[in-house]
Amino acid sequence: MARNARRSARRVPDRKQAPKGNKAPRQRARGRQLGRPSAWVQEHARAALGSLGRMWRNPVANGMTAAVIAIALALPASLWMLLQNVERATAGWDAGARISVYLEPGLDSSAVERASNEIAARESVRVLERISPDEALEEFRSLAGFEDALSALDGNPLPAVVVIEPAADTPRSASALESLAKTLDDIAGVDRVQVDLEWVERLYALLDLIERGVGLFAVLLAAGVLLIVGNTIRLDILNRRQEIEVTKLIGASDAFIRRPFLYGGLWFGLFGALAAWLLLAVTGMLLAGPTARLASAYGSGFRLSGLDGAESLGLLGAGLALGLLGSWLAVGRHLRAIEPG
Amino acid sequence: MFICVHLWFFARAMIRFDHVSKRYPGRQEALSDLSMDLPDGEMAFLTGHSGAGKSTLLKLIARIERATRGTLLVGNVNLSTLPRRRVPWLRRQMGIVFQDHHLLYDRTVFDNVALPLVIAGYRSGELGRRVHAALDKVGLLDKEKQMPITLSGGEQQRVGIARAVVHRPRLLLADEPTGNLDPALSREIMDLFVQFNRVGVTVLVATHDIALTEAFGLPVLSIEGGALSRDDFHGRAHGA
Repeated sequence: MARNARRSARRVPDRKQAPKGNKAPRQRARGRQLGRPSAWVQEHARAALGSLGRMWRNPVANGMTAAVIAIALALPASLWMLLQNVERATAGWDAGARISVYLEPGLDSSAVERASNEIAARESVRVLERISPDEALEEFRSLAGFEDALSALDGNPLPAVVVIEPAADTPRSASALESLAKTLDDIAGVDRVQVDLEWVERLYALLDLIERGVGLFAVLLAAGVLLIVGNTIRLDILNRRQEIEVTKLIGASDAFIRRPFLYGGLWFGLFGALAAWLLLAVTGMLLAGPTARLASAYGSGFRLSGLDGAESLGLLGAGLALGLLGSWLAVGRHLRAIEPG
Repeated sequence: MFICVHLWFFARAMIRFDHVSKRYPGRQEALSDLSMDLPDGEMAFLTGHSGAGKSTLLKLIARIERATRGTLLVGNVNLSTLPRRRVPWLRRQMGIVFQDHHLLYDRTVFDNVALPLVIAGYRSGELGRRVHAALDKVGLLDKEKQMPITLSGGEQQRVGIARAVVHRPRLLLADEPTGNLDPALSREIMDLFVQFNRVGVTVLVATHDIALTEAFGLPVLSIEGGALSRDDFHGRAHGA
């Protein structure tokens, strides 16, 4: 006791004097306190571990909050995953854009030759197939039910057809294909140009719409996550009102008081995102078998793919950002209102 | 700048009230035109019947409340111009003991006492040594792992005192620290404050217990109807 008193007495004059006027130094000499960087790390580690420990002591309530966040994150993420897979499965369907150029019926073979050569000479197209009227008739004959109908005809009513696709460097948008079709239509001997792409166009338009829908859905659910985290942190702040008052009285800065709550939000976001990732992984595993069976039934080697590394990081980042933002909003609103009095 | 130098040389007061008034909205003045000095290193009692303004005065010093008029200097810092973000710094320069302890009941005695050091960013080794020294001083070294709720009222108050002095403040404020304690325990608590004063800490203790203040022979500031009077008579017996 006496030794302590002596030590204190010796220290008193050493202690840095109170600042003159209000030109106080930002930080007084800290004696055996830590230097800035390691103090910063230590303060953040204390706050992070402290709020983690606090969550751990109340596992049921906090677990449920994290689960709600997980579901809110997993819903748009799974829709997005589904969309990615559909897009992957249908990729290249428009690369198979075929244009059938029907020549006028009754052209003689030299006229057919001329017309089809002129089509082939265009740089914007690549000829896949030339079908003469006879070949077309053969093809029809081989289809069941047409035999009788065709034998009732006198001659061959079918025109020659040149099947082409846009050249590799030609744009494949609907309008580009349409203008391509128009230029082909002007060639002498060409009767009709048919672009058989409408259904693919419709599919992509539908996918675009769904993608937009998923985006809006994700925004709504993100707002939901913000509200969940914000409300949880708000309740936490209200529950710890007395503690906050006491620490403010002892000289805690706003940043010190804010920190554990912000880390709380961050933890909620992290655990929610991890649980969401797990949900998606399990869903992917459950659907992988049936998808593969379906794909092989269509003769496709398509396999369901889950979230890749970047997407997983994105999910994690979204969770962390939403958790931090949610707690930031709650902390900004409610901490300032608590003042000792 | 001139004023700063002036204050530094001539005003060796830890606390200086200069025509300070405090009025709460819708009520009459709690403190009116109050002037007084508490020199650095002095210990004094602040007395007055309940509601006289003792707590208000302490709240002004700790910047829990702001003065309506006048100038209040604490350690030469002008509180009326101190920006809000600097208030935590001000409070870290002092230790405050409350009548109802204001302990955190979900933490151990050790963690309660360590709080000011955690706030100030001490590393754990030094933090442990200082907490033990403070608990030793108030005689509770063996209870560091207990929860405050398991301690008696006097012990809880001593935890509060250990927390107030653990960061070795130059100024110690106490608001009715013996309010709920019997005379023997009250005396013990006051003895602790005297000990801190002997090592250079400026101490201001608000109490309504006149008999207790007389036993120590220390200066007494008494508030009556919002005005302050100083009685140094007791001071003659104070040798330290």
